[in-house]
Amino acid sequence: MSDFAQSKTRTRRHHFNWRRWLLLLIGGVLVGVFVLCAILAEFTAPYSPYDLDVSSMLQGPTAAHWLGTDEVGRDELSRVIFAARISIEVALVAVGVGLLGGTIIGIVAAYFGGWIDVVLMRFMELLFSFPAILLAVILMASLGTSMLNAMLAIGIIFIPGFSRLARAATNDVLRQQYIDAARVTGMRDSRILVSEILPNIATPLLVEAAVAFAYAVLLESALSFLGLGAQPPEPSWGNMLSTGRGFMAQAPWLGIAPGMALFLCVLGFNLLGDGLRDAFDPHLRD
Amino acid sequence: MSDSRWHCRTDKPPALAIDKLHVEIKMQRGPARVVDNVSMEVWPNEIVGIIGESGSGKTMTALSVLGLMPRQARLSGEIRLSGKALTTLPEAALRKLRGDRIAYIPQDALRALNPVLRIDTQVGEPLNIHRGTPWQMARQRALELLGAVHIPQSEKRAREYPHQFSGGMQQRAMIAMGLALGPELLIADEPTTALDVTVQAQVLQLLREIRDTKGTAILFITHDLGTIAELCDWVYVMYAGTVVEQGSVEHIFDRPAHPYTQMLLRATPTVKTVQEELLSIPGAIPQPFDLPVGCRFADRCPYRFDPCSDEPPHLQAGSEHTARCWLLSKPQESAAASMT
Repeated sequence: MSDFAQSKTRTRRHHFNWRRWLLLLIGGVLVGVFVLCAILAEFTAPYSPYDLDVSSMLQGPTAAHWLGTDEVGRDELSRVIFAARISIEVALVAVGVGLLGGTIIGIVAAYFGGWIDVVLMRFMELLFSFPAILLAVILMASLGTSMLNAMLAIGIIFIPGFSRLARAATNDVLRQQYIDAARVTGMRDSRILVSEILPNIATPLLVEAAVAFAYAVLLESALSFLGLGAQPPEPSWGNMLSTGRGFMAQAPWLGIAPGMALFLCVLGFNLLGDGLRDAFDPHLRD
Repeated sequence: MSDSRWHCRTDKPPALAIDKLHVEIKMQRGPARVVDNVSMEVWPNEIVGIIGESGSGKTMTALSVLGLMPRQARLSGEIRLSGKALTTLPEAALRKLRGDRIAYIPQDALRALNPVLRIDTQVGEPLNIHRGTPWQMARQRALELLGAVHIPQSEKRAREYPHQFSGGMQQRAMIAMGLALGPELLIADEPTTALDVTVQAQVLQLLREIRDTKGTAILFITHDLGTIAELCDWVYVMYAGTVVEQGSVEHIFDRPAHPYTQMLLRATPTVKTVQEELLSIPGAIPQPFDLPVGCRFADRCPYRFDPCSDEPPHLQAGSEHTARCWLLSKPQESAAASMT
């Protein structure tokens, strides 16, 4: 039976090998470029993102300033690069908060069931019922404006999604015979949760995390655009877009540069997430 | 009775002794007596078979030994592992025995293996759970165990995932896992049902080898008479939650005393019966919440007579052989009747 299944998988993999992997590759390269820029911002950015130069305000793209300069003469390219760092930092922490919180809540709800399940999941649905941006704005308004709070707010938005996924996956795993087999081997509940259930639900959660990453970048920009995230002079694609909006006619590059960066970054994470989902699709691994 | 078990003469207590086990499960339609007054013994160095149809209580008997009954189940009677009473043990103590001194081999090995963990990790797991052996050493030991159950190229294949193994290899990996800590009792619940006949023979050979080299007591649950004849020393025939006949394999197959066993044998295809029509036993096994009074097989039994409305005790059918059938109390003529 197993030989047959293996050969079936092999041919199926060959079937859409390159196209799927191409998307994964493009996503991976885009994400890689952004992550590298963010980590090495000090080296990749030609100028400091904060240095004012009143002599060269609102210049268009030149050899010295590839993406031009903004209204106080700061190098736009450097600001876009440093903004990538903030976006990725925020996304990383926010997705971490969502993943951790959601996974714990989901597993606990599925494993213990009963009223614990009902209470936890109804609360998650309550959170789910708010539009994400509205919930983020409410949270930011009550927590106060700061980078850390932005990370927390975005993370909290992700918790319901991850918890549902974790709960469904755990329920699925709990029905499997190898959980009974683990009990027969004398494993205690806590160990079954960590060493039998967790590895089996990790893949869908990680794929979801990659997709959530794109969304976190977008949400951070939205909050910054509204003035609730990164505060000037800290560069963020969101507040740069907000500034650029005022100079749309005179200096369109001020809007286009952060906009394109945001677009490419979100596209990269989405492609990566989709690509991972296909690559790790449990139906292809059977 | 144990005196008559010539093949397992030993000073040690039986590896498993079940004494008057009753299991009742509360169901909406009332209590279901799924195991009723079952007594059995498995001695070291012995392979004991339980045979019965689905619903005859054979798996429930095994689960009660492991202490893994459904929550609604109530259990009475005594279960002893090498003389140590299990029924009174708390859950934590039972858990320490599972996978250590009692190993269980399930029917479907692939579904019992965790799909995302490598074979050697899983085979070595009992060592880590029960002895705290570090992973690295547990894996090393797993390699030896996989070699011992004849997995070819075990060093290479040990790093593979369960789906990369063939059915027979998966089952052998489960057996390796069961053997990890040298249990005194191995419970194999229809381990060969899902396998090809040739692979089945290899797994049976492996079980025999384990018994011979390690002296492990093996309780082999099946509905296949062929594997029982091939493998076991002693047989318990279960029907509707009770043991209806027990004895050495030779006696049971040569001179089955209970009409149910006789019909089971005649319902099994063999080379000799190829031309004849196979017997199918009329009627169905009674439901555990609606058991008939008296002999439970009476409704389907062609030899039914007056005493059958009382429950028959175990009656001697030979030197190594008892059956719960009133026919045995009738001298001679019944024996002649039962042979036809």
